Amino acid sequence: MLGLQAFFFYIFAFIAVGSALMVVLAKNPVHSVLFLILTFVAAAGLFLLAGAEFLALILIVVYVGAVAILFLFVVMMLDLDVGQLKSRAIQYAPFGAIIAVLLLAELIIAGSGTIADPVLASQTALPMAEAGGASNIEALGNVLYTRYILFFQLAGLILFVAMIGAIVLTLRHKEKVRRQSIPDQVARNPSTSIEVKQVESGRGI
Amino acid sequence: MEVGLSQYLTVAAILFVIGVFGIFMNRKNIITILMSVELILLAVNINFVAFSAFLNDLAGQVFALFVLTVAAAEAAIGLAILVVFFRNRGSIAVDDVNTMKG
Repeated sequence: MLGLQAFFFYIFAFIAVGSALMVVLAKNPVHSVLFLILTFVAAAGLFLLAGAEFLALILIVVYVGAVAILFLFVVMMLDLDVGQLKSRAIQYAPFGAIIAVLLLAELIIAGSGTIADPVLASQTALPMAEAGGASNIEALGNVLYTRYILFFQLAGLILFVAMIGAIVLTLRHKEKVRRQSIPDQVARNPSTSIEVKQVESGRGI
Repeated sequence: MEVGLSQYLTVAAILFVIGVFGIFMNRKNIITILMSVELILLAVNINFVAFSAFLNDLAGQVFALFVLTVAAAEAAIGLAILVVFFRNRGSIAVDDVNTMKG
């Protein structure tokens, strides 16, 4: 009899693996993105079961809410020829399958040897018991803003650079669009902007 | 059947392998390659969180948070490059990326 936790674990695991397969195999890139969202939601469920509530919610907010939607925007913005993209996919499939099976076998062999190591389990960098029964978010915040503050700031810097980079890459200056030029506006003075006309009285201009 | 560390590691390994398979399978389509990279990073994150939970060590979750950050930045930059490339060439086929061939 499966426990409740194991039951949900297997549900989320099968959804994650199945939708990940569909990401790779789907013909339409839009379907791929939607399956990617499903994979992330299932992975968030796995995180929740493992006790990492903050990461699970971040995964939903950041990935489902931002990154996957970004993918969706780009896929819909680019006018893709679906048939042409998939025509040669079959050609690489056997080679990819061989690599995939070999890699999976390697990972399982490497993973099964090192899992149950009592020495490894006793050497923890940041034991959770130190947090003293605090919730996951509280414990994470306690170390993130003290011990890992430098890395936290660097992560912010990386996001900032990525933001600037994305804007610089995609910004286009069109010649026909009239833009505000602040230096030109500031440099104006009465001699360049006002013209005094002497108008004879009794006549129009 | 209790859920242990090895179950989490197996799921992560399968997701990782699917990601690698996707890169080989969709050689023509950069968008799917980017999505496969996201899958691989997700598998790495599952590994980090699983070890963090089963070793009672919070450092894994902190590191997973940073992996998430870098993955988001990478996706943004990658998609921006993709948009610029599509604007210049009118296609996103990887085979067309040969302008810089020396």
